[in-house]
Amino acid sequence: MATVMRDFNLLEEPLKEKPDLPKSPKEAVNPLEPKFRVSNLNVFYGATQALHNVSLEIPPNRITALIGPSGCGKTSFLRVLNRMHETVSTSRVEGQVLLGEQNILTMDVTQLRRRVGMVFQKSNPFPKSIFENVAYGLRVNGWHRKGTLHDAVEASLRRAALWEEVKDHLHKSAYALSGGQQQRLCIARALAIEPEVLLLDEPCSALDPIATAKIEELLFRLKEICTIVIVTHNMQQAARVSEFTGFFLLGKLIEFNKTAVIFKTPARKETEDYITGRFG
Amino acid sequence: MASLPIAVERRSRPPSRGRVRAFVAGLRSGDEIAHLITLMFAASIFLITALLVFELWRNSALPREHFGWRFLWTRVWDPVFENFGALPFIYGTVVTSSVALLLAVPLGVGAAIFLAELAPRRISNGLTFLIELLAAIPSVIIGVLGIFILVPVVRTTVEPFLKKTLGFLPLFQGPMFGIGLLAASLVLTIMVVPFIISISREVLLAVPVEQREAALALGATKWETTWKVVVPYARTGIFSSVFLALARALGETMAVTMVIGNDPKINASLFAPGYSIAAVIANEFTEATGRLYLQSLIELGLVLFVVTIIINGLARLLILTTTRRATAHP
Ligand SMILES: Nc1ncnc2c1ncn2[C@@H]1O[C@H](COP(=O)(O)OP(=O)(O)OP(=O)(O)O)[C@@H](O)[C@H]1O
Ligand SMILES: [Mg+2]
Repeated sequence: MATVMRDFNLLEEPLKEKPDLPKSPKEAVNPLEPKFRVSNLNVFYGATQALHNVSLEIPPNRITALIGPSGCGKTSFLRVLNRMHETVSTSRVEGQVLLGEQNILTMDVTQLRRRVGMVFQKSNPFPKSIFENVAYGLRVNGWHRKGTLHDAVEASLRRAALWEEVKDHLHKSAYALSGGQQQRLCIARALAIEPEVLLLDEPCSALDPIATAKIEELLFRLKEICTIVIVTHNMQQAARVSEFTGFFLLGKLIEFNKTAVIFKTPARKETEDYITGRFG
Repeated sequence: MASLPIAVERRSRPPSRGRVRAFVAGLRSGDEIAHLITLMFAASIFLITALLVFELWRNSALPREHFGWRFLWTRVWDPVFENFGALPFIYGTVVTSSVALLLAVPLGVGAAIFLAELAPRRISNGLTFLIELLAAIPSVIIGVLGIFILVPVVRTTVEPFLKKTLGFLPLFQGPMFGIGLLAASLVLTIMVVPFIISISREVLLAVPVEQREAALALGATKWETTWKVVVPYARTGIFSSVFLALARALGETMAVTMVIGNDPKINASLFAPGYSIAAVIANEFTEATGRLYLQSLIELGLVLFVVTIIINGLARLLILTTTRRATAHP
């Protein structure tokens, strides 16, 4: 697995610059460095253990998909990456998770979440206007950069491929948007504070194929400005959008590799069974 | 597929026979029954209110004719010479309710936020149980506690303190009796705060966890999440708790009459005794001998009804305009 991780940037096409995309200042400094280094991660809820000794490295500016049957710990893993697991009072984490060089388990949690954004399964816009939804993160984090709030909101909505659809009614309620638009609004809201990593937990599970395709296309563009980790139940989706795939089963990471390898020549029997639909 | 347009047409223009049959079928399925019954309940509330206003109106014909609109701004209440005016009572009611709400809203909402967001669940549930008990105490008993505990404290501690610190305001000047508008306001505060706490806590707890997580995931602190996401989300529910409290404060009779001083005077100072509409009706209804006297009391009831509606409307208007501004574009 280590060899896979080391050469991921050699085998991929180099990233092309797209001038129409507003760029994030916080790019990966060294493209060789994994974004996240997770080692021996154990997650507990009270007495039950949800994750057992998970170790993996998440490459920067790539899309990493996490798949596996229901209850295998995908969400638990994802939520550790920005410490959202702490909202569950019984949860406990062992092991080490490095974001760059920093141990996320000891760093300031608001700082971490600024750098590692999250989009949830059910779109959860605030009961405010479209504009205010995107501006919220900026306001909370003390908007102190040059340029107006409006420009920042516009840039985020453009990145989330929503600008053209909403630019004429920015001050309408976010609830007036369709499900797919709401989910893209949530992505725009997360992008507004320019995170290095975007975590998505089944972001398309409530959407129709067209809305799903839009979001997938969006993710494809977004990996130029951030690292993406996506949990999905949809095998085709994982195969379509991701470069790397991790397969979880019963709280263990069974296999982690390039997506093509996982789907064509998985090393483990369990992976093959799951991919081919023999269980799960 | 082909039968669809026909079906639609049949539904859009049913023969009257068919309509009856559809109604009966609806009755059988329960929808129409539920509709009818709930409609009847809703209508009965409307009817009762209308009846109430009508009776108050009909039974206050004499003073309405005799005093006209003057009734509203006359400062005299003189049963001997049968000269009646509502102003001192309106004043006492509005002032005590406003002061009570001014104190109870921050106190109640703050306590609700603590109980819903910060306190451990077991402590929160225990405290809420006590608070709901407080809401169930009969107002006579609150009044007794007011007389024996609150009024002495107000006279010896609260009023001297206010006079020393805020004595430059006309509100806190004059002789300190203990009994008076301030004591009544405090009693009302104690009576309405449990409503605000208990309802606000419920609506805060009902805010979806997704909303909290959305804010937390953006790097908001716990307090920012509470104050900027959870409380605004629960805003409508919190406001209804305030309206309920307001309604209770305006109409509260027993506890108020025991501590307000029952003196129909208008005095700028909160230390002075006063009177409220509900209190005077309760106190003088049995001894109202003349018809004009009795009917003036009934007209006071009508006035209380109108005052309640006006204050409620104003409060709603205030909330509407302030929240509009809060969500508007910067
Ligand atoms: N808040 C919680 N309290 C207790 N146990 C939990 C909690 N959340 C998850 N678990 C347990 O942890 C295990 C992993 O759950 P998790 O939600 O991570 O699975 P998942 O792979 O995301 O499943 P799904 O595909 O259904 O979303 C499950 O056994 C679940 O019961
Ligand atoms: Mg999950």
